[in-house]
Amino acid sequence: MSIISKVARRSISIRVSQQKRGYAAGTAQPQDGIQQGVAYSHLLKRGPEDALRNPELAHISAVNGETTKMNLFQAVNDAMSIALATDDNAVVFGEDVSFGGVFRATTGLAEKFGKDRVFNTPLTEQGIAGFAIGMAAVGHTAIAEIQFADYIFPAFDQLVNEAAKYRYRSGNQFNVGGLTVRAPCSAVGHGGHYHSQSPEAFFAHCPGLKIVSPRSPIQAKGLLLASIRDRNPVIFFEPKNLYRAAVEEVPVADYELPLGKAEVLKKGSDVTIVGYGAQMYTLENAIQLAEKKMPGLSCELIDLRTIVPWDVDTVVESVNKTGRLVIAHEAPKSSGMGAEIASTIMERCFLRLEAPIQRVCGWDTPFPLIFEKFYMPSMIRCFDAIKTSVNY
Amino acid sequence: MISFCTTTKTTTNLLCGIISSASKRAFSTSVPWQFTSTQNIKDNVHITLPEDSFRMFKLDQSPDLNIDISKEQLLDMYTKMTTMRRMEMTADGMYKAKKIRGFCHLCTGQEAVSVGMYAAIEEDDNVITAYRCHGFTYVHGGTITSILEELMGKRNGISKGKGGSMHMFAKSFFGGNGIVGAQVPLGTGIAFTQKYLGLPAATFALYGDGASNQGQVFEAFNMAALWKLPCVFVCENNKYGMGTSDKRSSASTEYYTRGDYIPGIQVDGMSALAVYRACQFAKEYTVSGNGPLVMECRTYRYGGHSMSDPGTTYRTREEIQQVRSSADPLMGMKELLIQHDVATEAELKAIDKEARKMVDQAEKEAEASSDPDMSEFWTDIYVEGSEPNVIRGRIPSESHHYR
Repeated sequence: MSIISKVARRSISIRVSQQKRGYAAGTAQPQDGIQQGVAYSHLLKRGPEDALRNPELAHISAVNGETTKMNLFQAVNDAMSIALATDDNAVVFGEDVSFGGVFRATTGLAEKFGKDRVFNTPLTEQGIAGFAIGMAAVGHTAIAEIQFADYIFPAFDQLVNEAAKYRYRSGNQFNVGGLTVRAPCSAVGHGGHYHSQSPEAFFAHCPGLKIVSPRSPIQAKGLLLASIRDRNPVIFFEPKNLYRAAVEEVPVADYELPLGKAEVLKKGSDVTIVGYGAQMYTLENAIQLAEKKMPGLSCELIDLRTIVPWDVDTVVESVNKTGRLVIAHEAPKSSGMGAEIASTIMERCFLRLEAPIQRVCGWDTPFPLIFEKFYMPSMIRCFDAIKTSVNY
Repeated sequence: MISFCTTTKTTTNLLCGIISSASKRAFSTSVPWQFTSTQNIKDNVHITLPEDSFRMFKLDQSPDLNIDISKEQLLDMYTKMTTMRRMEMTADGMYKAKKIRGFCHLCTGQEAVSVGMYAAIEEDDNVITAYRCHGFTYVHGGTITSILEELMGKRNGISKGKGGSMHMFAKSFFGGNGIVGAQVPLGTGIAFTQKYLGLPAATFALYGDGASNQGQVFEAFNMAALWKLPCVFVCENNKYGMGTSDKRSSASTEYYTRGDYIPGIQVDGMSALAVYRACQFAKEYTVSGNGPLVMECRTYRYGGHSMSDPGTTYRTREEIQQVRSSADPLMGMKELLIQHDVATEAELKAIDKEARKMVDQAEKEAEASSDPDMSEFWTDIYVEGSEPNVIRGRIPSESHHYR
């Protein structure tokens, strides 16, 4: 229970004079007139018409154009509800999912679909993954939840050595296409070592798996339904910071968004900026700052959405147009997704590049508790990278 | 270091310093027997534990229910428990005031396990546990100030402010571990070292009822039994793995039998003396070359799993109240002390008051401290001198050069 209400706090922060800090400031104070954070983002579709204007959702407005206000965990919940309703073989399980889960993503599912379809597992990530793989191998749709992405490592062997190789090693006699593993990932402000990690790069290195990470409720619902129905094992990383913070008008219909396709959120001509998950909002603010400080600058923002296999063609097309690329992610810099994207773009767009590819990532340190603000690829650092790229 | 010994007796300040420096392990509390009028604190008290204190599995011997223990040690156990309780309640308040951020798992109600264990073991014995570690850190010599500072992420925290609530370490205490169950194979490895070096010492590897179903726990059991390691696997069963009761998570809730081929002992974990006796027994058993032992301490936590959990959605308030009023470790020890004329109720209240004062003082000190230096951000990733020349930061121009 906070003593000062959210409204009062915001007004107080505006009145307080700007303090000089050695690191990027928190989201409360507007910096250079940029209102930072998810709450002020233009990327979120807050009106029904806004939501349905999306070309990828064009087909549903004819059938059922109804939308409802949902945050990210509600959108995830809705997606699972639809999956369970449309597929009799679908089950949802994980630690504490029965009462709704630690992030409320599975609220109401046990009541609606029964305890034999939505159930708790003991505290065993390796067991959960192995169990899910076994179910999927027989044709079930297994939607497993790993409580925090930081805990996915006991399951690493099962996912990499079993799930990813199942179809290949059996010559397509068997497969675990029905497997979807959901895990909350990324920083939350006070998570420390084991509640903040973004482990997508570890799995990106493993052929046979798909990795998806949504940036908003509409995206989450569509991408999760697509992931569940995709006939490959998919790991779905949900940025936990966005569970409550991202609110949109989400279509109530059953819809999917394509996997393997990136989305161009903002068209531009001078520099391409690529990211995924919660980082999109930081990048949005960085672009606002860059376009304000460098009038005439036009940035193109791309959300990868699917991390593996990532949409090479969309990014290549964009970089061929702009000649400059900035990639941002929370995971540490060395051998992160940024390295993979940078190498591929270098191969494909070498002669068109006007500047070295910039990567804005987390430090190569364990994810810190007290130093989190310094660690994160913040708005200022992303702006720095844009500036370096443009001024090269 | 400010002396916290302030009582009505005039010579205490001097005595405090002498007595605490003479003791084998530094007490981080004031000398409790200065509050009591008991003569001859070195005298032994004879206590008989209740018949149902221990249950054995695949073991003919069982710990002796008769305990001879000095008044000094009993008072110290009580003082440690009450100071620990106060420290945890203070951390609770600080968390709610947002002075502590992140995750904070309190051991209110489980004090008897750490205090009883510590009283039974020697300096060479090692202990490793999971994230409910503030109490263990304290009994192993962590000062209250350093623990509170660590919780707040300040520079003089016991892990330099870099670990936080879940990563506190002290001599012979290997933490403080965030990943559930991961500390059990670690404990087995530590026990192996002790055996390898021929040390007459044991390792106590603790885990909870939730963690007891982790695969790696059984892997550790096998290795310890195969190689007859001096490892005591202690399952701190507080009946709930976060929000899941033991019955809903485990096919067998007789955690002391889960070692299967490893003998086990079940202990009343709310009685510090029962835990004390059981740990003595366990140490003797494992160090004599008999191999590992599984110990289940049946205990209870009054608070939620962590500060983010109210602790009432999966159990009734009546249940918490019932345990609090009938089996509280502090109250149990208090009754024992009064019954055996070690101290009067008023004297014990004075100890409680002193503990409270000490913890409040430590809280003030901790709050007055500052954040760690920025240089701590990139130290201790690799051993000093062996780091790469540069580690990279967020953007190409942001890097740290070690040399």
